[in-house]
Amino acid sequence: MDRFAWTSGLLELGETLVVQQRGVRLCDGEEKVKFDSGVLLLSTHRLIWRDQKNHECCIAIPLSQIVFIEEQAAGIGKSAKIVVHLHPASSNKEPGPFQSSKYSYIKLSFREHGQIEFYRRLSEEITQRRWENMPTGQTIQVNKDPQAGRIRAVGIVGIERKLEEKRKETDKNISEAFEDLSKLMEKAKEMVELSKSIANKIKEKQGDITEDETIRFKSYLLSMGIANPVTRETYGSGTHYHMQLAKQLAGILQTPLEERGGIMSLTEVYCLVNRARGLELLSPEDLVNACKMLESLKLPLRLRIFDSGVMVIELQSHNEEEMVASALETVSEKGSLTADEFAKLVGMSVLLAKERLLLAEKMGHLCRDDSVEGLRFYPNLFLTQS
Amino acid sequence: MHRRGVGAGAIAKKKLAEAKYKERGTVLAEDQLAQMSKQLDMFKTNLEEFASKHKQEIRKNPEFRVQFQDMCATIGVDPLASGKGFWSEMLGVGDFYYELGVQIIEVCLALKHRNGGLITLEELHQQVLKGRGKFAQDVSQDDLLRAIKKLKVLGNGFGIIPVGGTYLIQSVPAELNMDHTVVLQLAEKKGYVTVSEIKSSLKWETERAKQVLEHLLKEGMAWLDTQAAGEPQYWLPALFTELYSQEITPEEAKEAIP
Repeated sequence: MDRFAWTSGLLELGETLVVQQRGVRLCDGEEKVKFDSGVLLLSTHRLIWRDQKNHECCIAIPLSQIVFIEEQAAGIGKSAKIVVHLHPASSNKEPGPFQSSKYSYIKLSFREHGQIEFYRRLSEEITQRRWENMPTGQTIQVNKDPQAGRIRAVGIVGIERKLEEKRKETDKNISEAFEDLSKLMEKAKEMVELSKSIANKIKEKQGDITEDETIRFKSYLLSMGIANPVTRETYGSGTHYHMQLAKQLAGILQTPLEERGGIMSLTEVYCLVNRARGLELLSPEDLVNACKMLESLKLPLRLRIFDSGVMVIELQSHNEEEMVASALETVSEKGSLTADEFAKLVGMSVLLAKERLLLAEKMGHLCRDDSVEGLRFYPNLFLTQS
Repeated sequence: MHRRGVGAGAIAKKKLAEAKYKERGTVLAEDQLAQMSKQLDMFKTNLEEFASKHKQEIRKNPEFRVQFQDMCATIGVDPLASGKGFWSEMLGVGDFYYELGVQIIEVCLALKHRNGGLITLEELHQQVLKGRGKFAQDVSQDDLLRAIKKLKVLGNGFGIIPVGGTYLIQSVPAELNMDHTVVLQLAEKKGYVTVSEIKSSLKWETERAKQVLEHLLKEGMAWLDTQAAGEPQYWLPALFTELYSQEITPEEAKEAIP
């Protein structure tokens, strides 16, 4: 932090602003300093930091002081950072907030994000070194260090160069990929337009289009990932694919369901099926749309949606209402139970345990006691005892 | 006498004309569908070409994925809608996100008993990366958010709550309204919040503040510290991590699924 100098914050002639970001904290190496909340400005010549609360407090460092920079990804409770490695301060530096520092690097902590963009711009400026072509009114800080300093700088410059080459190569690949992507998207856009016009025709015809054609159309939408313009569902349910999928699911899920008492939440099913497949996984929407067809295809499973929105798959032979009777018995035996306790006793997931208890309550068999200690269910004595 | 337009003959003629019109109508739709089918085939070829050159880019580069997703959204295409879609089959984007979905579900389930079903995006990110192992491909927070948005449709209560520049991910079907969200955002700074803080920052009455805090307590998303100096503090386990005494291993996470 001793490389910084006080400044008015005004840009010099020939100096232009490149990017700025608020919510940045400065750190002297690993230590926090009082500059914890400011706007960080990058110009063609300098890195300037101005305190957000006290605009008079403004410090800057010339970009020529920078040896190289690194990114530090955000962590838990920690913002993303840029680590800026610096040349030693030159002897003719203007006065600044710190006389000395035991670190030769500073950290810029981006507490309101913006690190990705800032890093990109800062890298560009350091590479282009525009300050050399546009001398400003101020004296340009020159590194006048003795031999030792120069040797160290060379090693670091080598690393810097390698990073730069890697970046250029990546950039080239990306720009080509982007170009190709843009062209591809143009074609995809045409498909979307075409599907809209067909959907309009369908609306106009209203029944003069065969069911077969509707199914064909839906499967085209499915392939492209276009939302069905008529029903607004993504590609609409009821394609052949979903029918096949529903039949497959009936086969795969029979045993797991039996093992779990005849009922599983849709998220459990999603995990189970996709883990088993390994490749060519199902999207959540695929699963839901296939499950919606189970009943109409007369398969031995069905989809059920509870009031809370929780979705489950049940065996046709499973009767949740019967299970409620046994749940009532269990609760009565214990006097009262929370969803957690019930789940442990019966060996089901807490989510489904809660749904069963809620259903029992809905049917009038249980009463709730809702307190800060949690939701507890009691047998409904209002009903059974007069 | 020739009268046009009446008599059995005329009716029959009219029916024939109508039938012909209907046919034409169907033919029109048939034409367009055939055209779409052809264009689809062409598009598929283009996509295959793109995939052969840039499939790696999508796999390795999170920023490219973001661009790709944004462009799709702009033109009205959802590449993640179905595993059977072209995008998924040829670019492999589907498998990437759907598998991520499974990993997210597993992490949330494993930690639910601790945080009540609320977790910061950062922590979820860390845990998912751990579960994926060293040699798996990197995922960004944007990737997680997209995967979570897709999981919503499974009805398990997946939600994304913006707090202080990041996000809290909800993975249980608990009802969190605006009041709850705002208190969560307030608590984000220190990991806990008190009734007085809510009253002074949000200008609420005591009753309203208490109701919100009690709801969070009930759902297991907040823990009450009555031994704090001054007034009781409501801590959000989702927001404090240094205090965790142990880490959940991937094995424990798998076991957590019944």
